[in-house]
Amino acid sequence: MGVPVRIHVNGALHQHDVEPRVLLVEYLRDVCGLTGTHVGCESSLCGACTVLIDGQAVKSCTIFAVQAEGRAVTTIEGLAQEGRLHPVQEAFWERHALQCGYCTPGMIMTAVQLLKDHPQPTRAEIAHGLKGNLCRCTGYTHIIDAVEHAAGSRQGAA
Amino acid sequence: MSTTTGEKIGYVGRAMKRVEDPRLVKGIATYVDDLRLPGMLHAVFVRSPHAHARVKRIRTDAARAAGGVVGVFTGAEVNAQCGTIPCASSFPDLKSPKHTVLAGDRAYFVGHPVAVVVAATPYAAADAAELVDVDYEPLPVVTDPEKALEAGSPLTHPDLGTNAAFTWNLTGGDIDAAFAKADRVIRQRMYHQRLTPMPIEPRGCVASYQPGEGTLTLWTSTQIPHLIRTLLPGMIGIAENKLRVVAPEVGGGFGAKLNLYAEEALCSHLAMRLGAPVKWIEGRRENAAATIHGRDQVGDYEVAVSKDGRILGLRNRTIADLGSYLQLLTPAIPTLTGLVVTGAYKIPAVRMDVVGVYTNKMSTDAYRGAGRPEATYLIERLVDLVAAELGLDPVEVRRRNFPAPEEFPFNTATGLTFDSGNYEGALRKAQQLARWDELVARRTSRRRAGALFGIGVSTYVEICAMGPSKAMAAGGWEWGCVRIEISGKVTVITGVTPHGQGQETTFAQIVADRLGVPIEDIVVLHGDTSVAHYGRDTYGSRGTAVCGSAIVMCVDRILEKARRLAAALLDARPEQVEFADGAFAVKGSGGKRLGWTELAGEAYIAKNLPRGFEPGLEASAFFEPENFTFPFGTHICAVEVNRDTGDVTIVQYVAVDDCGNQINPLLVEGQVQGGIAHSIGQALFERTVYDEHGQLLTGEFMDYPMPRAEDIPDYVLGSTVTPSPVNPLGVKGVGEAGTIGATPAIANAVMDALRPLGVTHLDLPLAPEKLWRAIRQGHKE
Amino acid sequence: MSTAPFNYTRPKTLDEALALLTAHGGNAKLLAGGHSLIPAMKLRLAQPKMLLDITRLEALRRIEERDGRLVIGALATHAEIAANRTVASRCPLLAEVAASIGDLQVRNRGTIGGSIVHADPAADWPAAILALDAELEIAGRMRRRMEAAGDFFMDIFETSVEPDEILCEIRVPVPAGPGAYVKTAQKASGFALCGVAAVVDAKARRVRVAVTGVAAVPYRATGVEEALAGKPLTAETIAAAARHAAADITPLGDIHASAEYRAHLAEVNTTLALQRAAAR
Ligand SMILES: Cc1cc2nc3c(=O)[nH]c(=O)nc-3n(C[C@H](O)[C@H](O)[C@H](O)COP(=O)(O)OP(=O)(O)OC[C@H]3O[C@@H](n4cnc5c(N)ncnc54)[C@H](O)[C@@H]3O)c2cc1C
Ligand code: FES
Ligand code: FES
Repeated sequence: MGVPVRIHVNGALHQHDVEPRVLLVEYLRDVCGLTGTHVGCESSLCGACTVLIDGQAVKSCTIFAVQAEGRAVTTIEGLAQEGRLHPVQEAFWERHALQCGYCTPGMIMTAVQLLKDHPQPTRAEIAHGLKGNLCRCTGYTHIIDAVEHAAGSRQGAA
Repeated sequence: MSTTTGEKIGYVGRAMKRVEDPRLVKGIATYVDDLRLPGMLHAVFVRSPHAHARVKRIRTDAARAAGGVVGVFTGAEVNAQCGTIPCASSFPDLKSPKHTVLAGDRAYFVGHPVAVVVAATPYAAADAAELVDVDYEPLPVVTDPEKALEAGSPLTHPDLGTNAAFTWNLTGGDIDAAFAKADRVIRQRMYHQRLTPMPIEPRGCVASYQPGEGTLTLWTSTQIPHLIRTLLPGMIGIAENKLRVVAPEVGGGFGAKLNLYAEEALCSHLAMRLGAPVKWIEGRRENAAATIHGRDQVGDYEVAVSKDGRILGLRNRTIADLGSYLQLLTPAIPTLTGLVVTGAYKIPAVRMDVVGVYTNKMSTDAYRGAGRPEATYLIERLVDLVAAELGLDPVEVRRRNFPAPEEFPFNTATGLTFDSGNYEGALRKAQQLARWDELVARRTSRRRAGALFGIGVSTYVEICAMGPSKAMAAGGWEWGCVRIEISGKVTVITGVTPHGQGQETTFAQIVADRLGVPIEDIVVLHGDTSVAHYGRDTYGSRGTAVCGSAIVMCVDRILEKARRLAAALLDARPEQVEFADGAFAVKGSGGKRLGWTELAGEAYIAKNLPRGFEPGLEASAFFEPENFTFPFGTHICAVEVNRDTGDVTIVQYVAVDDCGNQINPLLVEGQVQGGIAHSIGQALFERTVYDEHGQLLTGEFMDYPMPRAEDIPDYVLGSTVTPSPVNPLGVKGVGEAGTIGATPAIANAVMDALRPLGVTHLDLPLAPEKLWRAIRQGHKE
Repeated sequence: MSTAPFNYTRPKTLDEALALLTAHGGNAKLLAGGHSLIPAMKLRLAQPKMLLDITRLEALRRIEERDGRLVIGALATHAEIAANRTVASRCPLLAEVAASIGDLQVRNRGTIGGSIVHADPAADWPAAILALDAELEIAGRMRRRMEAAGDFFMDIFETSVEPDEILCEIRVPVPAGPGAYVKTAQKASGFALCGVAAVVDAKARRVRVAVTGVAAVPYRATGVEEALAGKPLTAETIAAAARHAAADITPLGDIHASAEYRAHLAEVNTTLALQRAAAR
């Protein structure tokens, strides 16, 4: 039943035989043991499962692991470099952009692509870019603050 | 308050980032679905697609024979061993169905579990669940709670003989006299829609039995591990002290996880029965159908007023749709509405009659705000209607009915004592922040330009810090423990179970200041009944007020003990020893200072202790609140309604909340913003819909609209600080304020926008189509 | 909730994909962006025995201009179309529609071909496809055929693409006149309660208007088009014409919007779309 799959996850090559019906999110969580990517729905509408595939934000609940063959996947666990939080992670912490934290990994991964596409987004652009991510705790204001903050700090660093 | 560290700026009151965040932003926190135990089995539930049906036969052989399946269980095989779902609130004449963990011969709501499949993998369990063949015979369905009370209505539970679960009433003052002497009586029927809490993490649990010890551990995504530990043993036949309940990281609750659910009990039972860990993770569709809903009250409300706008009396009959069975607090919610129905006003006479009704839907229970949003909404709408009827300014009507600051503690006609308040102060501040005169001028000019522009105000008061044990079914105290470890590090254990509220940070702030230690040296533990031995958990905006206070008691006890120890070690009397900056020294001596590391070393190594001195440096305490707290505030909202489509745009939003002293203003702000977002959803688009057959039409995110980032306006947030006198921290609670205060402000703003068209009231949610119809109707007239 | 089990293969060429489709009869399904198919499979509403992953058929992903046609490969994602320069200069309406779909993550995966073959009555693309008079190239084992957009959408979730066929390209005559897309989203799902695409052909003094989300099948609002034929586009003519936006159809009604409100939105959005297109 298993199909051999090779996926680069957070820079490391993973090779496994997986059943075709295993979703990428299940593969990441159950096979790779990376449980930072969350599941909040079956209808692809909450974004808690968002990861990057070749730099693009994707809902990992809506793609089978076999489809990621040969691709480079980045999960929330792979964002910090050498123990230093990614600027978006740092900004979420700084601006109290999370409460229960369940939506947070997906929010952060989406924000990473958002900032890549729009390095200096307006608040409206940020809100629009985060449309695919639900948060039931924060009411979003601090999340938008955080993405703005991350944009600012990257600007400062550049 | 002798224990604060003098003039030095402490942690308390500072907008600090949270200590819990690093693990969460790195994705390395452990939620229940992240647990993997050796040999763990997976449960999948088979649920009724019918709102009401006889379960004639369940064929499980195909499912049992499927690959990987360990067992398939129906009600006949487990209900006798599992007891019924507990309800903590009782009424003298409460009629209640015996709600077993799986349906017996009848399923009475869509999503009612009728069988469970346990298999080696979640895939195998899901595959086999498809093979369970249930033969249903549909029965008449009850969906409308008002029709349900009519003679001849079908019955949700035929054996109860009625759909009325209870009637309850509350009276205060002379209501008949109030209405007799009124200049005017204003009546309005209002429906408070059903809502689905929808935490982003659905429910889930893992149960694991250790046969050697005879102990069961239940990890569950819950707000109430301690209450579960109290309630579950009786259901599944295990001693309380053999049960450990752990709430790991919990991905939001909002009341939805303030319950003991059938799935938790059944997985616990199956773990013992099968001798293997059993995991169940709720899907979103299950969550929408079989996790509690909120609100759903309809009533006819009447206020008696004098012509100068003073409210003399408030009377109503409310019908509460309870759904099909009682969860933990189901019947208590409408009664909480009754208690705070007078809002922020001096209303001398009240009568409220509540009928709780069973219908073939999921149970309603405590959804964020729990009873208070209903009350606040109806009184705030009524005040606006009064103002309109009398031709008065709605803000002025509010002012005229406020108790003055010197009238606190203020006794309400409903029997509560409001601890402290300055309602006028919060209103004034909100008006300042909103630049009230400019805002009103803007409305005039926008209206002149043909726009539908409205301003809404809500001046709310709510009830928090639950609560005095006399008023709480399971006791309302809270427990805490503070331990100076032998290394001098500090461990704080709390009986509340934060799941986003941030008490790992706020409690550390409180303790750090009082012990004079750096916050990095403190760890706050919670959510595990084998660590936090006692607790009443997190709901009712109680964590900081009630457990924060228990922790203050612990710190005071430790300081007292440490002072005695320091005195002995310094050859002084305790009164001669002073405590500053985390160390004890003889007053004015300028001599030797004993810090926590030294004292802890002495306390645990115990070589130099005075005779009879008990080793160790730890204290635990139960705090019993003498009263609830009553946070309050004013929210002001301005909207513009699109004439062509009925779309609402919030163009300004100001909130001034008074939650007493603020331990961490950043976290207060987060709670308020999160709460207002729930209100935006409730006011403008959220609603749970069952059709006339009891089918749930909002069973997933595709159909249940929730606020997204683009729905959120820019806020101006402010606060006033009126400390509560009923706890040592002077805090009131803020977890639900936004959800309580904001909905009426938004609703009043939309209604104000439509006022020029002659529209006086529309029920929530004020979704575009409803407004479009009202606008069109208004234009016609 | 997991999907039912299935087999998976990734054909290397279009011909291989077509051969496999034929070989497996009705049991195989094409997997493009998966953003309609996978959610349906998770609910076990769809239980294909075999998935043919065509996402790596690069030939079906190109966006280029050929012979006065903007040619969009069926596998181009919504995001690729939204960001494509040729699209921006030759037919910005397509970019506008692409950007209105779902959210960032959905646009990164979902494809134009998958969307129009899926034929969700609330999908956005059909409005643009119809208003632009696009042609669709469909490949079968034996033949390739062109279908006019107007003949493509048959019924709810049903198009003229046969189970053993593959939609390859969408061809749009360019330069298209100025256009606009106005969408009212269903609040929960983000799909269209009503989406109206309008294209103004100034030379011919005519407009093309197509509506999605309102009826079971997306449609050209011919009543609107006829009312404006040969007329100048003014606020008055547009408003009068827009009254025909839902004239000959049976609007859908559900908990998100009644039939009446959908029909009303068709009028409002038609007005806005024509106004915007005329101003471009
Ligand atoms: C959260 C979410 C929000 C969305 N919001 C919107 C929205 O606002 N507006 C909107 O229009 N859509 C929306 N969609 C749908 C989205 O656009 C999908 O991507 C699209 O409907 C299907 O495209 P796909 O490439 O994902 O197709 P798939 O799901 O892979 O396939 C869909 C169907 O088409 C068949 N198929 C696919 N490609 C071909 C082909 N080339 N030839 C023949 N058959 C083919 C498949 O076999 C399948 O039956 C949303 C989807 C999600 C999950
Ligand atoms: S889990 Fe909700 S979008 Fe993926
Ligand atoms: S922080 Fe809880 S869902 Fe976003």
